[in-house]
Amino acid sequence: MNKIKALKCKECGQEYPPVAKHVCEFCFGPLEVAYNYDMIRQEISRKVIESRPRTLWRYWELLPVETRDPVTLGEGYTPFFKSRNLGKYLGLKNLYFKNDTVNPTFSFKDRVVTVALTRSRELGFDTVACASTGNLAGAVAAYGAVGGFRTFVFIPADLESGKVVGAGVYGPNIVGIKGNYDDVNRLCAEVADNYPWAFVNVNIRPYYAEGSKTLGFEVAEQLGWRAPDHVVVPVASGSLLTKIYKGFSEFRDLGLIPEFHTKISAAQAEGCCPVVTAIKDKSDIIKPVIPRTIAKSIAIGNPADGYYAAQTVAKTGGYGETVTDAEIVEGIKLLARHEGVFAETAGGTTVAVLKKLVELGSIAKDETVVAYITGNGLKTQEAVADKVSKPHLIEAKIKDFRELYDRLSKEKSPEPVHA
Amino acid sequence: MAAKVRIPAPLRKLTKDQAVVESKGTTIEEILADLEKNYPGIRERVCDETGQVRRFINIFVNGEDIRFKEGAKTKVAADAEVSIIPAIAGGR
Repeated sequence: MNKIKALKCKECGQEYPPVAKHVCEFCFGPLEVAYNYDMIRQEISRKVIESRPRTLWRYWELLPVETRDPVTLGEGYTPFFKSRNLGKYLGLKNLYFKNDTVNPTFSFKDRVVTVALTRSRELGFDTVACASTGNLAGAVAAYGAVGGFRTFVFIPADLESGKVVGAGVYGPNIVGIKGNYDDVNRLCAEVADNYPWAFVNVNIRPYYAEGSKTLGFEVAEQLGWRAPDHVVVPVASGSLLTKIYKGFSEFRDLGLIPEFHTKISAAQAEGCCPVVTAIKDKSDIIKPVIPRTIAKSIAIGNPADGYYAAQTVAKTGGYGETVTDAEIVEGIKLLARHEGVFAETAGGTTVAVLKKLVELGSIAKDETVVAYITGNGLKTQEAVADKVSKPHLIEAKIKDFRELYDRLSKEKSPEPVHA
Repeated sequence: MAAKVRIPAPLRKLTKDQAVVESKGTTIEEILADLEKNYPGIRERVCDETGQVRRFINIFVNGEDIRFKEGAKTKVAADAEVSIIPAIAGGR
């Protein structure tokens, strides 16, 4: 018996065989993987999970592949730690960070891509492709190379150079589109119709998206088999946020954690916040926008899972909040200077929104809060390059250093960030 | 005169492979009712059991999304162009 039961439409419930397909033929709703939970329940347990290697494949039973031999680079089970300084600064007693900046290609996208490419191979594809704001491009390129696939990544032409190089090094075919991510996405939907490829975020999307559940699984396990009181999640397409919630829900349904009441809050940049707008307006409609923000990795103006993300936030009693580009840069610096984690702009958005929610009184002091940091700052150096400490240039002479030291000692130390 | 309605490829089986059909009515509701009369089965593909336009179907009247107008009650001029377009699912 297979653990994947079917693909099921999230809107009308119609079921399809588990092939490469993402849209319901009847009502055009998105398809989601349905599992044989009765079988899974008999095989999974805390003990089984704990006995396995520290990668996200320790949750094999709940990932949508049948093979035991995944396309993997050892992704997942990333550091989870209690805040060393930022919690004190913000007045939070139980602040935690999930640090996904240290996955194999330096973002949480490795989670979805290991699942997507394992499933693609299982379904018999030899070519993989994606539409990407950068992080996904790097992940697909790396896993595509390792898995022996022909690889095509489609990106907006104006992407940060760190992300272009970070994908190019693995040797994929990179197609730069003159337009924003939404234009790339539109083109890719057409390309996917015309070429028999595994498009990880188009026809493989139902499987791909399930990889994000592991960010729910891991936080629950790393907290000692319980869900936190509150999580703050950056929102682009909205898929990650809904899947973190699904991760906690599956763990509860399988008896791996007790009942939970986690508030799920959404973080977006002011320059691209269609989901937060819908949350604040209590609207069922996600109104597309044209993105204008430095947070390019989350700049999706027409988010595919926006509706479901907004529903999840509302259902769990969470909040949606936005921050300006300046606050995002400040968020990156706050996280680096308090916790030693260099996040990209999405992480800056999460930290800045966390700070704002605390200031607004939406997060209580003693709540167990988890901030999800999903990508590495070395990829988006442009965002902060002229706003961080710079070298003091001197000759290689001790006299010059003494002068510099004396001058620095007289100045106030810059930006004392600690509480 | 009737409005011209653009039918997306996945629904053309119902319209005998016609990409554009004519439909009478002064609102989207009436247009859809008239469509159903001529092409039985099309309505349930576009609307749910409660008569609401399905979440992943977009309807445009002269290029404007009816969600941002009056929904199914949106007025349709006699010579208007109505487009039924499934939302593109996908994303990052």
